Amino acid sequence: MSARSTAYSVGESSTWTKWIAAVLVIGYALVAMIPLVWIGMTGFKSPPDSIAYPPKVFFEPTLEGYVNLFTTRSRQTDEYIESLGPPETWYDELVRERNMVITGPSRFADRYKNSIVIGFGSTFLAVFLGTLAAYGFSRFKVPLKDDLLFFILSTRMMPPIAVAIPIFLMYRELGLSDTALGMILLYTAVNLSLAVWLLKGFVDEIPREYEEAAVVDGYTRFQAFYKVVLPQMRSGIAATAIFCLIFAWNEYAFALLLTSGEAQTAPPFIPIIIGEGGLDWPAVAAGTTVFLLPVVIFTVLLRNQLLRGITFGAIRK
Amino acid sequence: MAEAALRKVTKRFGETVAVSDVSLEVSDGEFVVLLGPTGAGKTTTLRLFAGLEHPEEGQVEIAGHDVTQLAPAQRDIAFVFQQYSLYPHYTVFENLAFPLKAPGRRLSSAAIKKRVTEIAEMLRIESKLKNRATELSGGEMQRVSIGRALVREPSLFLMDEPLSSLDAKLREDLRVELKRIQRELGATIVYVTHDQLEAMTLADRIGVLAEGELVQVDAPREIYERPANIYAAQRLGSPQINLLELGALAIQDAPDGAKTIGVRPEDVVINGGGVGAKVLTIEHLGVESIALLDVAGSQVHALLGARTRLREGEEVMASVRPGAELFFDRSERRLDGAARRGDAAHED
Repeated sequence: MSARSTAYSVGESSTWTKWIAAVLVIGYALVAMIPLVWIGMTGFKSPPDSIAYPPKVFFEPTLEGYVNLFTTRSRQTDEYIESLGPPETWYDELVRERNMVITGPSRFADRYKNSIVIGFGSTFLAVFLGTLAAYGFSRFKVPLKDDLLFFILSTRMMPPIAVAIPIFLMYRELGLSDTALGMILLYTAVNLSLAVWLLKGFVDEIPREYEEAAVVDGYTRFQAFYKVVLPQMRSGIAATAIFCLIFAWNEYAFALLLTSGEAQTAPPFIPIIIGEGGLDWPAVAAGTTVFLLPVVIFTVLLRNQLLRGITFGAIRK
Repeated sequence: MAEAALRKVTKRFGETVAVSDVSLEVSDGEFVVLLGPTGAGKTTTLRLFAGLEHPEEGQVEIAGHDVTQLAPAQRDIAFVFQQYSLYPHYTVFENLAFPLKAPGRRLSSAAIKKRVTEIAEMLRIESKLKNRATELSGGEMQRVSIGRALVREPSLFLMDEPLSSLDAKLREDLRVELKRIQRELGATIVYVTHDQLEAMTLADRIGVLAEGELVQVDAPREIYERPANIYAAQRLGSPQINLLELGALAIQDAPDGAKTIGVRPEDVVINGGGVGAKVLTIEHLGVESIALLDVAGSQVHALLGARTRLREGEEVMASVRPGAELFFDRSERRLDGAARRGDAAHED
């Protein structure tokens, strides 16, 4: 009886399975991408094209949606427009073709700025506090540690909107309604549980010996944390920051409820951009496209860290 | 003069007593090895010296000062960990320079560079200074670890199984090198290991630890020849000492109170008279051979020359080299030669 050797290994998959995997991945990517592509296309359509039925896949691209997004306009008579002389810029020209003149910038830029301040501000705060808390929970004897950690996690168990009314009333009393500070604090509070739990996992994986070595070498505990632990948490911090930013950036319900003017973020603003005769779909689509960019850029910049971050714990020595 | 000392130190973790009433003095330039199995309290003892653990009772002294209440940074010590002690985000140079850059040391960058280069040359890693710590082999990493301890010239070096994660060949090389460096620098070292070979070759004195207690502190040879008890006798020597009942192998003259006889394998004499025995197995290890004998139902290891003609199953005569046997009393303590006749009863 001779032993037959088997000719496959665990590591390599056959050509067939590779093909099937490729088809599945590409298929899923297409399904997931279609709405995004459609949004991107709609941003370059004219208002009639954007609501044409059957939907137009091929159309003449125009920047009208983007111009409308950033400006406010008013309809004028032909005589008045002619009296203005030739248009000074390409967007003046575009607007005048529809018998309109630009009367000023829209509020989109302000809303967008609010989104950036609140999104990045709360992300920074959640990651900063989360890192310190995670280090504390990982390294020190905290009384009732497990209960505290569970309590922190439990804040995630209900939908945030369930506490919307109490928060609304509280914010009104405290004067935090419609302020950037109020929104930053709120998003930080929501994100903090995620940040603490994610980051604690990363700190737990860093051997204590590093800090002990630094402490023996003449550094204080905080210096050891700053010089030795923090650099090794980089990928964990990047992954956590992305998750926090995505939440704060996309959050709609609280933003709608708690902000109306000064501190309104982009999500409640974009869907209500009104054009002539209802919603200005190309402007809404253009706003959405511009809105997506920062998170995409942030994620692409940190993608290597993110990939290492989200597989944490999966690969061990 | 004692360079470092533990005085009646006790450390508990909750209910468990990790180190119990340990006193140990280390002289200037001395190499002391703490030997014991896992859980004997070796590492805790070392961490007590370092200040990474604080004792419930007793004092720690370093360079003549009571440092019991001081933080590790203020104790002027260096610690080499078993692994993980190199910072992965730094280069080898930065790792070696890290202790020198600590706040309060205030060395110029030229002085740091000079010192790091010196140490790198001594450890033969000067070509790797620009590499990241993660790009080194295991042996190189451990050299850098030891180098990080050496750059600062502290009063006391503490080493926690620094060689145990390396393969046998590297371990041997580094062991020799470590001893050479220690002699060159006249460094005072407390070194923890569970490897008796490391302990025997490196130590000026060995401290044998059992369940948090220091059983015996003595020169390696002294512990080998005159172990304080059965436990200490078993820690040194490979194969382990044979433990036999009173009267086995025709051993006479047992002192009063003796319960167990200990015979080192090299002291078992084959075919020089004695009692009948059967060879169960024989292992040829090159320079020596180890025979496992069946002597009246108990198994006895005998260390023989390389050229022994013994074969498995052979009937032989076994005895013990006169005077080489050790006697232990009921509480497993060794009975001294002086205590052999008559006055050993109080040992019970």
